[in-house]
Amino acid sequence: MTLKVLAIDDSKTIRELLRSVMEEAGFDYTSAVDGVDGVERYAEVRPDIVITDINMPNMDGYGVIDAIRKGDIDNQVPILVLTTESGDKLKQRARQAGATGWIVKPFDDVSLVSVIRRVTGIG
Amino acid sequence: MGNPILDTFFEETEELLESLAEGLESMQGAEFDKETVNSVFRAVHSIKGGAGAFKLNELVSFAHSFETVLDEVRSETLELTPQIMHTLIRSADHLTDLVDAARSGRSMPEDVSAGFLSALQACLGEGKIEAVDAWDNFEFAAVTLDIAPIEEPGAEAEGEAAPAGFSIAFKPHAALYANGHEPALLFAALADLGQMTTTVDLSAVPEWDDLNPTEPYLSWTIALRTDESEIAVQEVFEFVHGLCDLVISPLTDPTPPAKAEPVPEAKAAPAPAPQAAAPTAPAGPSATAEAPKAEAPTMSDRAAAAVAALKKPEKGDDAEAKAPKATLRVDLDRVDRLINAVGELIINQAMIAQRLQDMTSTRDDDLVMHIEDYRLLARDIQEGVMAIRAQPVKSLFQRMSRIVREAADATGKMAELVTSGEGTEVDKTVVERLADPLTHMIRNAVDHGLENREARAASGKPAMGTIKLSASHRSGSVIITVRDDGAGLNRPKILEIAKRKNLVAQDAELSDSEIDQLLFMPGFSTAATVSNLSGRGVGLDVVRNAVTALGGRISISTTPGQGTEFTIMLPLTLAVMDGMVVTVGGQTLVVPITSIIETIRPQPSDLHRIGTDETLLSIRGRMIPVVDVSRALGFPSPEITGSPLLLLVESEGLGECALVVDGVQDQRQVVIKSLESNFGSVPGVSAATVLGDGRIALILDPDAVAGGRSGYHMPNILSNAGRTAYANV
Repeated sequence: MTLKVLAIDDSKTIRELLRSVMEEAGFDYTSAVDGVDGVERYAEVRPDIVITDINMPNMDGYGVIDAIRKGDIDNQVPILVLTTESGDKLKQRARQAGATGWIVKPFDDVSLVSVIRRVTGIG
Repeated sequence: MGNPILDTFFEETEELLESLAEGLESMQGAEFDKETVNSVFRAVHSIKGGAGAFKLNELVSFAHSFETVLDEVRSETLELTPQIMHTLIRSADHLTDLVDAARSGRSMPEDVSAGFLSALQACLGEGKIEAVDAWDNFEFAAVTLDIAPIEEPGAEAEGEAAPAGFSIAFKPHAALYANGHEPALLFAALADLGQMTTTVDLSAVPEWDDLNPTEPYLSWTIALRTDESEIAVQEVFEFVHGLCDLVISPLTDPTPPAKAEPVPEAKAAPAPAPQAAAPTAPAGPSATAEAPKAEAPTMSDRAAAAVAALKKPEKGDDAEAKAPKATLRVDLDRVDRLINAVGELIINQAMIAQRLQDMTSTRDDDLVMHIEDYRLLARDIQEGVMAIRAQPVKSLFQRMSRIVREAADATGKMAELVTSGEGTEVDKTVVERLADPLTHMIRNAVDHGLENREARAASGKPAMGTIKLSASHRSGSVIITVRDDGAGLNRPKILEIAKRKNLVAQDAELSDSEIDQLLFMPGFSTAATVSNLSGRGVGLDVVRNAVTALGGRISISTTPGQGTEFTIMLPLTLAVMDGMVVTVGGQTLVVPITSIIETIRPQPSDLHRIGTDETLLSIRGRMIPVVDVSRALGFPSPEITGSPLLLLVESEGLGECALVVDGVQDQRQVVIKSLESNFGSVPGVSAATVLGDGRIALILDPDAVAGGRSGYHMPNILSNAGRTAYANV
């Protein structure tokens, strides 16, 4: 089966970067421009994994995680947080919010794909 | 061109810089909400994020410092003093420069960046800006290496020494499942490291009736035989650290614990129980403190809204349309091709309508109606296509506040920019081509318009000078004004300079408005008469040329002691205009409707011959010069006799004048076709168009034609080169 990825980031640059990496890896890629859009897309796309930015307008990444975890659509989907900070505080917060893992920007294609495969068990 | 994603980054950064400038602008106001600071922070943050991906180190490290200060402001640990505000604004300017530098592959001088960095440092006082973590070294390391030490006595030390492997005790918490983890996947990752044996402990699983599906009851003991280090093992558990009980210890007894049945295939290991955490399951009697499941009693409002959104029925089709602020980036060439095609469509429609009108004998009312529909549709399409090219002038205006700051700094004056009507939409080309002239006018306004501090103080004005920049739509045109609250034009001095430069006759006596016009003459402004700030070899004549090239006009008005105002009037679109089709000397010409005040046929007694060449029209108690268009354009034409038809036009700076035409044919929308690429600039003519019957008509530039008769010499309005061009058309 093809792995379905939903990426949520307000930066088009990052969305496009992710697209190129995801499509290269043969994943089915959908993106959303902010938290609210992301949560809507989540219901439509029903991805196997969500990758979300934290700092976004309308609803931030924590809001996205919260909405998905408390929602009734596959609420245990793996969610990776994209972040520019690698500090422990951030990780703790992400974990508390319900994130499955995190990726520090700037990310490296190979590791990103392997993390996705690792937490989804697909591919 | 290079990397399309890099292009995207720069395009996006452009927008981010705009919203940064806009946010900072409103932060200067008395009241601003938290979201403004958030958006400012996000803009810088996003630039940093994108820049990092392309290893634009300079940009990243400056954005990082900038962001750090903004974060402090955002969290209100740093008070937003005017000084700090100033630093933020200057930092935004510098960030813009860094982006430009990165785009052109240049590097900024280090001392410049260092200056801005230390200004940011100074904002934080004692608090230092942390070194850019994860950014110093751009050689991509593995994604994350969060090796939180596991505080377990006896677990460490011999870890590295014992090559045999590790014994791993693993008991997931409910949160581990809730966060989307799956023990089987962790085991699969472990299995990649070596040979492993997994033992599941089922002893905690209660009787069926007591079973709470959201509660994890299973734990595992894993014996992993591997040569990998403990770090590699911990990496596998990196994401679940804190979500489980985990003890990793060196494997002392190579044989797996005998108690429970071994599970050799890792993937088969996890028991299904925790995964059965169905959201509809009733909460069991045992506490489920850690399991944030479906009931979600403490949802925040925002999350609630989001959950509501989640529950909405699926609608794949219009997903794209629902995305907030959905935009589509289209290559400009495609839009222009479309605009061109629409122009042809309008001409085509006009041709059909004309043909139909000619065929009066076979008049078909239905057909007439359809053609009328066609006309309306074509107009709709045209407006729609034009709207694609329309852009608010906001981005243009925002750039100007920087110009004001820099000009004020350079001249030692205090000045602020006040803008209004930023939402006014103008054709994209206009926005682009207006940038330089506007920059020049703004610099002028600060440099020449505003008085120095002493003079302002002497005349009782506030030390802070104001430059007002506004945009608005007025009857099919866009009006942009630049107004300063300075001393107004010094007319005697302007006249003196003009005489010294031989721009006017030494004995010329000019009206006030004629003197004001001198500012626009080529050669008026030179390095000798302007300070090094404004004087970059361009004068207001260049500004005027740029505006004229856009089909616009520029005028000036001044009030002594109160300031000077420049007004630029531009057509809404560059492709189509409403024009009056007239006959002049047997030729068909189009006069822009916007410049026509009225058409009149005067009594012969209202026309007064002055001297040999000049005729004045007396109308409503005023005398207005009459210009014979035919002669001005070099068409063969008889003398004005009897009562000719006159078009009263408003000419910029020269007041009203009356153009002589032979007759009016029609009033209609015409598509503007530039002549410049074939004929260069043709004085007196701004462009050409194709009429409904397929004929080509020139579009008249009333200002230039009217200027040609004027008493002082305007630059060669109708040179021989110009005449040759007409002959060739």
